Amino acid sequence: MLIAHRIKNFFLYEIVSGFALTFFYMFKRKVTLNYPYEKGPLSPRFRGEHALRRYPNGEERCIACKLCEAICPAQAITIEAEPREDGSRRTTRYDIDMTKCIYCGLCQEACPVDAIVEGPNFEYATETHEELLYNKERLLANGDRWEAEIAANLAADARYR
Amino acid sequence: MPKLTIDNIELEVAPGTSVLQACEQLGIEVPRFCYHDKLSVPANCRMCLVEIEKTPKPVASCAMPCNDGMIVHTDSPMVTKARKGVMEMLLINHPLDCPICDQGGECDLQDQAMGYGFDRSRYDENKRAVKDKDLGPLVKTVMTRCIHCTRCVRFVDEIGGTPELGGLFRGEKMEISNVSHALTSELSGNLIDICPVGALTNKPLAFEVRPWELQKTESIDVMDAVGSNIRIDVRGNEVMRILPRLNEDVNEEWISDKTRFACDGLLRQRLDQPYVRVNGKLKPASWPEAFTAIANRLRETSPGRVAAIAGDMADCESMFALKTLLQSMGSSNMDCRQDGAEYDISTRAAYIMNSGIAGIEQADAILLIGTNPRHEATIINARIRKRWLRGGCRVGMIGAQVDLGFPYRHIGNSANVIADLISGKNEFAKILQGAKKPMVIVGAGALAGQGGNALQAAARELAEKFNMIQPASDQTGWNGFNVMQLAASRVGGLDLGFVPQGSGLGTNGILQAAQADKMDIVWLLGADEIDTTKLGKTFVVYQGHHGDKGAHRADVILPGAAYTEKSSIYVNTEGRPQMALQAVFPPGQAREDWAIVRAFSEVIGKSLPFDSLTQLRAKMVEAVPVLGTIGRTAAAEWKNFGKASAVKAQALVPVIDNYYMTNSICRASVTMAKCTEEIRPLGFAEAAE
Repeated sequence: MLIAHRIKNFFLYEIVSGFALTFFYMFKRKVTLNYPYEKGPLSPRFRGEHALRRYPNGEERCIACKLCEAICPAQAITIEAEPREDGSRRTTRYDIDMTKCIYCGLCQEACPVDAIVEGPNFEYATETHEELLYNKERLLANGDRWEAEIAANLAADARYR
Repeated sequence: MPKLTIDNIELEVAPGTSVLQACEQLGIEVPRFCYHDKLSVPANCRMCLVEIEKTPKPVASCAMPCNDGMIVHTDSPMVTKARKGVMEMLLINHPLDCPICDQGGECDLQDQAMGYGFDRSRYDENKRAVKDKDLGPLVKTVMTRCIHCTRCVRFVDEIGGTPELGGLFRGEKMEISNVSHALTSELSGNLIDICPVGALTNKPLAFEVRPWELQKTESIDVMDAVGSNIRIDVRGNEVMRILPRLNEDVNEEWISDKTRFACDGLLRQRLDQPYVRVNGKLKPASWPEAFTAIANRLRETSPGRVAAIAGDMADCESMFALKTLLQSMGSSNMDCRQDGAEYDISTRAAYIMNSGIAGIEQADAILLIGTNPRHEATIINARIRKRWLRGGCRVGMIGAQVDLGFPYRHIGNSANVIADLISGKNEFAKILQGAKKPMVIVGAGALAGQGGNALQAAARELAEKFNMIQPASDQTGWNGFNVMQLAASRVGGLDLGFVPQGSGLGTNGILQAAQADKMDIVWLLGADEIDTTKLGKTFVVYQGHHGDKGAHRADVILPGAAYTEKSSIYVNTEGRPQMALQAVFPPGQAREDWAIVRAFSEVIGKSLPFDSLTQLRAKMVEAVPVLGTIGRTAAAEWKNFGKASAVKAQALVPVIDNYYMTNSICRASVTMAKCTEEIRPLGFAEAAE
């Protein structure tokens, strides 16, 4: 054993085999992505930036039941509600502190009307803390922007629920 | 005494106890919707089914009296199956709208469905929909959610005395409905509590809160002198709602609408910083500036020209602190009776409700003098009605003929009828004569003003004449002489002796002196019900929580705390000291009232001898030991009081013109304003009929 080891050492076996591995990888398929021009695949269950959805007729889905606020383990959600002019139950305030949020997805599990969802977007880094304190307007705008992707994800995942 | 076995535990119960009550004694929970301790038993929800051996079917335990040798099972497979069946039936037509239902989180049906519900519906047909009813500005209805337990119908019939709800149509088409107008009961808010589902909910608070986000504080109400036990539900630093707390001796489990719904007034018209009047206009100031303004004025005057008047919602601690301050300054002009009453208060029995509120249930003849208990103390009126409903009790009334929700004999409009009663000329005298435990309830409103002394003496003579005062050696120790106070602060103030000392002036004297320019400083401790125009050119210090009449007139405003914002003792009309706890913090720069007085005493170099609330309470209880027995009443010694004189033949008029607007909190409340607009005219229409 000792002799074999000495011979390997003498011919720099470890170095040669290392270079060989590197050399052969030159002929394999590249896995590096040219982010942000290229992006990897996302599961339909990916839990990214939050959004409040609307019904196809434009009516907001959220009914101010406050179940998401109750279940949120990080207490990141704040809701205030009162009757709207037509007598329906709506939020007057729906805030999520994105810096408190731990992206557990319990809010979307609790939602009885699929209003609050965690969409596929994860690129929303900001320069200031304040920009990450989302209000209802921002969340609804998110919903409008991402509705196609969110709906597709929900449809893809529906049969496992 | 029937002996029975429930779930293999043997027990003996009083005759007439239902199986459900027996289960409760053992701590076994039996689900129920229609059964309620304080209401009659209709047994129509069928949720409380239990198995009783040797009966062919499950039995509704709420309506089944205990019998000797019964063997009851509450958790057998048969019981579970039967209850599941009932639950499925109830849920057939119950909408699945828990997420938008305000009862969600405190709903009996929701809770029971966790235990007995099925996770899907076998019902494919269309669900029933019912049109919502308009029950006025306090109670919101979603009648589709109703499960027809009829608790609300029984409540308005049996407790409220305003039978305005009923079941229309039959079977599946049954609807709970009112006739045409808003509920006129002053107890209608309790419907929200007794409704086991979300059919009747709190209208002013619709959709605003969930029960799980509220912090609960047990406290005492100050809207009237009953001292109802309440629970204050708070979110953040905002009082969201007020609920009753069970106290069989005081309010059972009901509270009046004013107690429950006036809490939105705590957020409006608040004094949140000191003000000082400069050139005729109130300007915001700091605490030291406000104190200096008062101290400067104080330096220019003599003690005899300083006075204080305490308002209707003042707590014992602040009155004690203010009294100590005035005495240290050498002034003896103070009064806690802003209605100007001057009746004899030499003994405690002269101004409290000696029988106690629970004592009403023992009475067999009740004479009301110059009071409309329905508006002055709604909960006491409900007690009297409860007593009347049980039978064997006659009620007589001297004063304005008002609708109390039960029939009574109207004896006369004027207090001089008392003389007829004493001389036996009136028929009601025979009823009082024949009664074992007769009681007289004199309204504090009738005792106000100069005529109060004569009325008090006459009522005392009446009480002694008709054997209402039975000596303690007589086992019963019955004392049927009762004064029904109107204000939460009154008995406490009188106990503390917040009244003119020696040659000092009372409310009337202070106002007269002020008009005649003989008074320099008047300190109003939340006193809003006095005639502020009579204050003349006096320098007025207003210490209180709402920008109401007193604050408008004030030269210096010291922002104080409302009853939800301080821990304090209030004594109710039966002389029961009760502790109110702090639920929220006073807004802005406002402070607890006793602390304001304490801080001011330091500015004028007459520091009061206490630094904390605990020290203050110790000093206060040392001075007035009766305030130390929190939550309990003690029989007051019956002594000679009152000066007999001719009672004026003057009609007694109700003192409360508008039930919904009696103090500064109510007057700031939007809900109370809506009630004034919608419910008050209905009451007047009925009285006119």
